[in-house]
Amino acid sequence: MAKKLVKTKTPIPCQAADARRANFLEVALGYTKEMAVAEAERCLKCSNQPCVAGCPVEIDIPAFIALMQQGDISGAARKIKEKNALPAVCGRVCPQEDQCEKVCTMTKKFEPVGIGRLERFAADFEAAQAFPGDNGASLPARAPKTGRRIACVGSGPSSLTVAGDLILLGHEVTVFEALHKAGGVLVYGIPEFRLPKAIVQREIDYLSRLGVEVRTNTVIGKSFTIDELLGEEGYDAVFIGTGAGLPHFMKIPGINLPGVYSANEYLTRSNLMKAYRFPEYDTPIVRGQRVAVVGGGNTAMDSVRTALRLGAKEARLVYRRSRAEMPARKEEVEHAEEEGVIFMMLTNPTRIFADEGGRVGLMECVKMELGAPDESGRRSPVVMPGSEFTLEVDTVVMAVGQGANPLIRATTPDLKCNKWGYIEADEETGRTSKPGVFAGGDIVSGGATVILAMGAGRKAARAIHAYVTSLPRRAETGRR
Amino acid sequence: MNRIVGRTELGPDVVQIELEAPDISRRRKPGQFIILRVDETGERIPLTIAGSDASRGTISLIVQGVGKSTKQLNALPAGSTISDLVGPLGRATEIPAHGTVACIGGGIGTAVIYPIVKALHETETHVIAILGARNKGLLILEEQIRALADEFYVTTDDGSHGRKGFVSDQLHDCLKAGQNGGRKIDEVIAIGPLPMMKVVCQVTKPFAVRTVISLNSIMVDGTGMCGGCRVTVGGDMKYVCVDGPEFDGHKVDFDELSQRLRTYREDEQRALKLYVEGSRP
Ligand SMILES: Cc1cc2nc3c(=O)[nH]c(=O)nc-3n(C[C@H](O)[C@H](O)[C@H](O)COP(=O)(O)OP(=O)(O)OC[C@H]3O[C@@H](n4cnc5c(N)ncnc54)[C@H](O)[C@@H]3O)c2cc1C
Ligand SMILES: Cc1cc2nc3c(=O)[nH]c(=O)nc-3n(C[C@H](O)[C@H](O)[C@H](O)COP(=O)(O)OP(=O)(O)OC[C@H]3O[C@@H](n4cnc5c(N)ncnc54)[C@H](O)[C@@H]3O)c2cc1C
Ligand code: SF4
Ligand code: SF4
Ligand code: FES
Repeated sequence: MAKKLVKTKTPIPCQAADARRANFLEVALGYTKEMAVAEAERCLKCSNQPCVAGCPVEIDIPAFIALMQQGDISGAARKIKEKNALPAVCGRVCPQEDQCEKVCTMTKKFEPVGIGRLERFAADFEAAQAFPGDNGASLPARAPKTGRRIACVGSGPSSLTVAGDLILLGHEVTVFEALHKAGGVLVYGIPEFRLPKAIVQREIDYLSRLGVEVRTNTVIGKSFTIDELLGEEGYDAVFIGTGAGLPHFMKIPGINLPGVYSANEYLTRSNLMKAYRFPEYDTPIVRGQRVAVVGGGNTAMDSVRTALRLGAKEARLVYRRSRAEMPARKEEVEHAEEEGVIFMMLTNPTRIFADEGGRVGLMECVKMELGAPDESGRRSPVVMPGSEFTLEVDTVVMAVGQGANPLIRATTPDLKCNKWGYIEADEETGRTSKPGVFAGGDIVSGGATVILAMGAGRKAARAIHAYVTSLPRRAETGRR
Repeated sequence: MNRIVGRTELGPDVVQIELEAPDISRRRKPGQFIILRVDETGERIPLTIAGSDASRGTISLIVQGVGKSTKQLNALPAGSTISDLVGPLGRATEIPAHGTVACIGGGIGTAVIYPIVKALHETETHVIAILGARNKGLLILEEQIRALADEFYVTTDDGSHGRKGFVSDQLHDCLKAGQNGGRKIDEVIAIGPLPMMKVVCQVTKPFAVRTVISLNSIMVDGTGMCGGCRVTVGGDMKYVCVDGPEFDGHKVDFDELSQRLRTYREDEQRALKLYVEGSRP
């Protein structure tokens, strides 16, 4: 007896749009157990498992969903964790529509199975079970100590994956982070309303309990160089996972006026420094009434929704292509629209003018139209002559892409980088031109996704393990 | 967490703070700075490393209480801790090995020029030091710098100490003297309030003397990640935290920077008022 197919995903309860646009609490509230089991029931258990191939870390999706169908949520969570150390994060921020859910068999006729939502539910459920009174008894076993020491530079998803894998293999691992809080973009970039910081902290705490040493306030290239880590600091290998944290600004007049931010600064002030709680927290932020965010990616979407929550009356998204080309996650675009973000597509800023007080007052834009597809296959926008118009604005946020930070490159001359400054690393191993140095995540690929950074970390961890275990025993001298 | 192991009051709300920071104390060079956060709700503030004692593993900062964070820091007793400290950040000063260098310190900029004078003192450079303050009571580090400089001048706006006038007046006289057979100045390093540095650059420009200034833009991360500290130098966008803090003063767009420094004025005043009243949420 064929069971009846449910055509649409079980909706995920969310805060109402007009309530959430005024607070920083998480937008999506998550499934109840009943909803999760109902959604799991939609899975067809396809024998060819297209969804697994769609996931960059190849989570055994049909298997974890089958466990959920049986109500074994903890079992499902463990199944996911075999492949993905940060399911509560990925379930929330993965662009599922381009990955696992894109190729789900259900999409042939209906909506895909809500794989991300199920993953999120399993992870949250398990964390809620494990937490009270959990004194570490449930930690996985660590292999016997190898005496090898590995330094991970940066504390974003790539480094955290490397650290988590290598600590279980018996190595000593130190994570060095420039900022005062670990987590990379997960803490300074992605806002609380999309990824509660407590979830990231839970993962960091878990690594600490496993024995990973997390050293914040340490800028590699300044506090120590890579050569010093491999030399007097006594590390056998280094993984560089420093992300793509160099903001791009448009080269237009007025770009340095007060009230013009990079998305990195705007989001860092709000997320990491908690400027949205000023003056309880000391860091201020311009609370614009008329905010224009330039760009169409996740960073732009996060910025414009942050602007709303900081009290903007008008929060605009100014993007030079059309909505179909926006690289942001679909769900976030929909959420932004529900919250009242004004979408100005096919529009590009050309100049920013000051008001009489010397702050941002007006932004001049031109209209664009889509021309022939470029090398990347995307139709490139071209200016429509004579289409200039101005917008009244008091805050402008530039979310037009990221570059590679030069700090490490400048102090590590034998580390080969490409012409954009990204580190050249082997795709399968993360190996760089410098012996003992591996790299992965956005500093190799350019701005990508959390799960791809984790995938790169997983491969690098495997290669680092092979590398350090093949090293001749190091003399005890030269160690700290 | 870093412990404050000593504090000395140098002037009205100017405190020299000794902090435990062994790694930084070994590596830091003149001109570099740190970023600290006093506590969990604190902002990240940049402060120049005024000195260090590698054997004790400490660095010293000289802090002027101008707003909430600096006043809070200055009120901390020895023995207490701050929650975060990162450094050394920024590029080190290029210390000329010989020639004549005029070092100008105005207000709290004197704290920033001090380690540079110290480093120059170790070379064959002839150091002319010119310190300025609004009045005698606000002058800091006078004896320390006098002891290191080959020539030493003080100016005060009100004439309560040294010459009445501005550091730029004294500098102008020194530059003129150089033209008239006196000692020729090869380089000027001027650190102080933005208007002071701007005037110094105007004074040195006609003499075509290289003039290095240290910029104090508002910072967040200090690693080149946010772009908040950006300034225009010679038409290019530079980040003070990684490309600076020192730049060729003749190329800096002062007006743009001073405009940017005013971005948070109202919020800063509000935070200070709440702090002073003790009514912060
Ligand atoms: C606003 C925003 C929203 C995003 N939204 C999504 C999303 O919804 N879904 C998704 O999949 N992806 C998203 N991304 C992309 C994703 O966050 C990144 O691809 C991912 O975080 C990259 O991970 P990483 O490990 O390479 O490094 P990062 O997360 O970039 O972390 C690097 C860390 O290294 C530190 N560091 C840098 N230099 C040094 C140094 N010299 N010494 C010590 N530490 C250093 C940095 O401070 C930082 O903490 C978003 C990105 C941004 C900016
Ligand atoms: C590289 C660098 C080195 C510095 N070295 C020293 C030092 O050795 N001793 C010292 O006393 N001060 C130094 N400063 C300035 C110091 O960082 C600021 O005074 C401090 O951040 C002000 O914080 P607040 O909360 O006390 O005052 P706020 O209320 O935030 O500000 C008060 C005033 O200070 C200015 N200001 C605010 N934030 C900054 C900032 N991040 N940088 C510069 N000015 C700011 C504002 O324009 C305002 O006029 C340095 C700044 C930089 C960038
Ligand atoms: S990690 Fe991402 S891509 Fe993989 S199954 Fe989970 S949501 Fe899908
Ligand atoms: S492709 Fe979709 S329906 Fe098929 S097993 Fe995967 S999740 Fe289930
Ligand atoms: S302080 Fe953020 S880039 Fe300089």
